[in-house]
Amino acid sequence: MATTVPLAAPAATRRRGPLAAFLRHPGAVIGLVILVLVVAAALLAPVLYPTSPWRMVQRPFVPPFTLERVPLGTDALGRDIAAGLMHGAGVSLIVGLVSTLAALLIGVPLGALAGYLGGRVDDALMRFTELFQTVPSFALAIVLVAILQPSLSSMILAIALVSWPPVTRLVRGEVLSLRSREYVQAAIVTGQTTFTILRREVLPNTLSPIVVLASLMIATAILLESSLSFLGLGDPNRMSWGYMVGAGRTVIRQAWWITAFPGLLILLTVLALNLIGEGLNDALNPRLSRER
Amino acid sequence: MAGFIARRVGKGIVVLLAIVVLNFFLIRLAPGDPALVMAGEAGAGDEAFIAQLREKFALDQPLPSQLGAYLRSIVGLDLGYSVRQQMPVATLIGERLPATLLLTGTAFVISLSLGVLLGSLAARRAGTLADTAITGLALLFYATPLFWVSLMAIILFSVRLDWLPSFGFETVGAGYTGLGRALDIARHLVLPAMTLGLFFMAVYVRMTRSSMLEVSRLDFVKTARAKGLTEGVIQRRHILRNALLPVVTLAGLQAGTLVGGAVLTETVFAWPGIGRLMYEALLQRDYNLLLGVFVVSSAMVLVFNLVTDVVYRAVDPRIEVA
Repeated sequence: MATTVPLAAPAATRRRGPLAAFLRHPGAVIGLVILVLVVAAALLAPVLYPTSPWRMVQRPFVPPFTLERVPLGTDALGRDIAAGLMHGAGVSLIVGLVSTLAALLIGVPLGALAGYLGGRVDDALMRFTELFQTVPSFALAIVLVAILQPSLSSMILAIALVSWPPVTRLVRGEVLSLRSREYVQAAIVTGQTTFTILRREVLPNTLSPIVVLASLMIATAILLESSLSFLGLGDPNRMSWGYMVGAGRTVIRQAWWITAFPGLLILLTVLALNLIGEGLNDALNPRLSRER
Repeated sequence: MAGFIARRVGKGIVVLLAIVVLNFFLIRLAPGDPALVMAGEAGAGDEAFIAQLREKFALDQPLPSQLGAYLRSIVGLDLGYSVRQQMPVATLIGERLPATLLLTGTAFVISLSLGVLLGSLAARRAGTLADTAITGLALLFYATPLFWVSLMAIILFSVRLDWLPSFGFETVGAGYTGLGRALDIARHLVLPAMTLGLFFMAVYVRMTRSSMLEVSRLDFVKTARAKGLTEGVIQRRHILRNALLPVVTLAGLQAGTLVGGAVLTETVFAWPGIGRLMYEALLQRDYNLLLGVFVVSSAMVLVFNLVTDVVYRAVDPRIEVA
């Protein structure tokens, strides 16, 4: 046994593709399983709990694991915690995904322009990015949502507006190093427009670090979303995990379960996304990951 | 060094002005008349006060003059008046600032020192069980919602174990003075500072570990080994010192997140700082106070960044002003 393992392992690792590399990462697989479960919960919520999660279904403060009808107990208003958790999964996932996509839409073009054009454009764009990095992002997000009035879209906008700077910096750095490559120089010589060169030659080569960053950004966005909802800045029509923790805060001495379960789910989902991000990093940037 | 500080302060002032301009446009983003927004919630202020605000901020003038009037008032440290709390915003913030500085400062020191300690420990024992445990813990803290871990800490340490107080700045009415009062405040500080610092500790652990592993592969470390220096000396003097530079940069950049996180911590622990003030302003939709806290916390981040840069420069004279 002891002799066959070291002999077989290098041969197998040398040929592995990105998918195999990702699956070889035990953390990434665990993360993927948790994420699939959360997505399933979000999709099944309207089927398993078709009535509104805001409805009173039992007497208040039913402890968990006591009544079969409400397996995780009820909150201070007699609402079913399990139903709230299922419906809240969708809000977290949607806000995390859409706000990250919006942040990429702001960050990638700015970073590409700064890195490719250089000079004054680069200076101006980097100063602008620096400004947004200096501002306390959570405080800015609070101000934005409060001023725009709490809703799903204002929350997405606020999170996107505070999370694009790292994308710009990453893309700028990648583009800076790609700009001097021969194939980009060749494209310039053949007279292609800046837009075409960026779209066809430069940006496709920055894709894998962007994918890794994006998966980590979704995790951060979910943390931001739950923090905003906790402060009462969530969409008043949608049950979310952060709101549930915030609502249970005042009765925490009598009923730990109202805050404990939703918080645990936020933790697991964010952890899962971070693990997936690390797995993607190992799979897509093998040179970088060997350093660690 | 003096020239460096002067240039750095100049840069900070430019950024602060830009933030004030951003603030100006945020007020105009709010629904309704800017004068009413600045007076508190719509309908809250009386006619004469609204007219006075209109005059002061040149709201009947074109936008550039409005911006000029707003900048003038901010430069004069006038952040407006909170109708809700019946006090000038600057006074309200001034009263609450020391508590926030104490909280964020303590959380910063705890998280940076523990983070560097654990991170270097993990790097030294890379691949062992200790390393796995530390990086696993860091991964867990990195994903933990700040407001939730604070609540769980209250359940465990205040409700179940009854070791530490769960809210407030000091015991009200206890009448402690001198050292007794300091100890009382310190006891109240433990839970907020620890929970606020957890996330940042995780960040610094990961950063220190990867930075140390990177430096330990460089040639001068091989030279140090070849010279026959002891492992402890190599780790401390050659690897850690060089690995700390990116960690300090990151720590400076994290200041904004730390100040933002204080809003959550102070809300949960009823800590009387500007984060809690921001939450109160939020509940009352007191936009003027909300934006005032935002400007002051941004200024706090700038000062913090300035201090890290100066420390950085003192530690490593190779650094040029960015």
